Amino acid sequence: MILDIIISGLISGSVYALLAIGFSLIFGVARIVNIAHTAFYMLAAYCIFFVTQKAGLHPLLGMLAAFVIVTLLGLLAYKLFIDPIREHEGAVLIGTIALAIAMQEVMLLLFSGDYVSVPSLIKGYFAISGVKVFYQQLLTFGMVLVVLFALWVLLMKTRLGLAIRSTAEDREVANLMGMNDSRVAMTAMGVSVGLAAITGAVIAPLTILTPFMWMHPLIMMMAVVVLGGMGSIKGSFAGAYILGFAEALVVFLIPKGAFLKGSVALSIMILVLLIRPEGLFGIAFEEER
Amino acid sequence: MKKGLAVWSVIGAVCLVMTCGFPAGAADDVIKIGVIGPMNFMQGKGHWGGAVMAMEEINAKGGVQVGDKKMKIEVIKADSNEFLSITDATNAMELLLTRNKADFVVGGFRTEAVLAMQDVAMDNKKIFIGCGAAHPELCTRVAKDYNRYKYFFRGTPFNSMFLVKTCFIQMATVAGILKQTLNIPKIKVAIVAEKQVWADPMVAATQKTLPQLGMEEAGVWRPSQTATDVTAELSAIQSSGAHVIFTIFSASVGITFARQAGELKIPAAQVGINVEGQKEGFWDATQGMANYVMTMNTYARDVEYNELTRPFVDEYIKRYNEVPTYNADTYSAIVSSIVPAIEKAGSLDSDKVVQAIESGVPHKVASGIIDYIKDEEGRPLHELRWGPGYLTSLGVQWQDGKLVGVWPNKWKPAEGAPEITYKGIVPYKIAPWIIEKYKK
Repeated sequence: MILDIIISGLISGSVYALLAIGFSLIFGVARIVNIAHTAFYMLAAYCIFFVTQKAGLHPLLGMLAAFVIVTLLGLLAYKLFIDPIREHEGAVLIGTIALAIAMQEVMLLLFSGDYVSVPSLIKGYFAISGVKVFYQQLLTFGMVLVVLFALWVLLMKTRLGLAIRSTAEDREVANLMGMNDSRVAMTAMGVSVGLAAITGAVIAPLTILTPFMWMHPLIMMMAVVVLGGMGSIKGSFAGAYILGFAEALVVFLIPKGAFLKGSVALSIMILVLLIRPEGLFGIAFEEER
Repeated sequence: MKKGLAVWSVIGAVCLVMTCGFPAGAADDVIKIGVIGPMNFMQGKGHWGGAVMAMEEINAKGGVQVGDKKMKIEVIKADSNEFLSITDATNAMELLLTRNKADFVVGGFRTEAVLAMQDVAMDNKKIFIGCGAAHPELCTRVAKDYNRYKYFFRGTPFNSMFLVKTCFIQMATVAGILKQTLNIPKIKVAIVAEKQVWADPMVAATQKTLPQLGMEEAGVWRPSQTATDVTAELSAIQSSGAHVIFTIFSASVGITFARQAGELKIPAAQVGINVEGQKEGFWDATQGMANYVMTMNTYARDVEYNELTRPFVDEYIKRYNEVPTYNADTYSAIVSSIVPAIEKAGSLDSDKVVQAIESGVPHKVASGIIDYIKDEEGRPLHELRWGPGYLTSLGVQWQDGKLVGVWPNKWKPAEGAPEITYKGIVPYKIAPWIIEKYKK
């Protein structure tokens, strides 16, 4: 059972990590609480569905199309809906909720509410000491590691990364140093939505597609981000695996209460916040930045 | 100038009231039947598909004889959006009855929404034939307060008590086949039910019934109805040594569960209720991993309850390219209940039509014979009668991409009773990976 819990926790944690890191990035850089983040993930999943099931093309092509199209849509959404109201955090919050619902309704009109699915990129499974693991789950886990590495390279080893980190540290000073904070924010938005698209692309074969599929991950992603500390990528990573393992523990230790896995994970988040209100890796006061 | 403006304003307002107050078209010449359901979902599409078929068939024959005149039928689509909002559902019903002036209503799916919509229809004294929700309360209300709720009739499915009974019979049938074929001394059953209110009494009933059926409970798992990953539950079920998985699913978890169980080749036979598994799209939704999944259903290709089944199912498939779900029984509700009752009553008056519907049973429909039962005190329930010779439903199984009927197959409802096998039923198949695991 321990192996079951480890594998199940790693898989769930990886999914939450992919989503939460993208969300954290844009919040950390531009203080944008993008509620539509998981709606972009839903768009990517439908994009793959369209390319593979309607157009009959290879899933890899679907993934590529999803990444490109959703990232472009994310940039467009930023330019049209977020950038003009960026200084008003409350307005951004409500605006992105509206954006997510609009995306949901468009998908509902285009694809109806029927449940659909997409084929796995790698079919089949393997067993570790009797525990069966899908290759697609392994791919998801591998993808998290690759994405994290790529993100680390981008943030730590490139000039763009330096600009993003500087803007996240102190926007005004970064601006005075000649960095165009609006452009940096837009780039961060592109990277963030791109991450949501990648998540959608690797998760789509493991899940059921519906226009409402963005809601549950949104709650879990917010929980991960708050648990880890708002804007902290490191915190999101840790928070994702904590909640992933909490869910796995519930399913295996209380089978009759499997439906409680989300509630238990959220309770852990509340418990951590009671002890450490800024989250695991958050910064207690704005002045400390 | 001001006076002129005022006059024009009054004229404009009157025109607006006239336009809104009177529906377009010659209302006297048509019978308006509202079709209410979640129209963006499979259930609502079934409601609408069946109703359109009924309308076209009746109108092609010249319409409905109401007293001394012939009237055509017009069906009006109303999206209840009931999966997401019960308020939307009651609003849709209100609009249907007050703005669209529907004379009758068919449809509804979620019990919570149908209970609310039922009240709106009763307030307006309009006949509402439910074609989706299974909760007994919908009909218990008729018995408790007949004068208010007499306008409600259950069209399909039979109530959840009978649904459970049918599922147990089907589970016992599958368990018997496994026991006999694979020499398993005692069948262990994993109960997997989505966490929804309707499933709670079913789980309790299953736990109580298993020992009576000579089976053992391997455990109960309650995933969320929208769970997108049940591999953890499946690992635990496999570890429990279950031979049969009794499923109680109405939502998307049914797809997730069947797909992942198929991919992981979990050596246990799935039987029970899996609403998603009743649909043609299930095979694609599970990426072809649903082989050998069994569920209760109303219709299947090539299976006939009686001589009305085949023409209905074939025509539905011809039009919509899929087998009708039970929600498409809006067809029978219109063709076999509403229209004959109007003709018998010679009027659209709800009270007269209620009497005509009540006295019009039993009558044959595509899924069996409709009859209404009464409660223990002999009060009318407008509740469907279950059982051999009336409505039984089917057990269907996915076999190589096709949903085929596998139950009733030589079913003996009681000691000494004749065996029942519907035309077109084929033998149940055990998944090869189950045979491989247990064959000695």
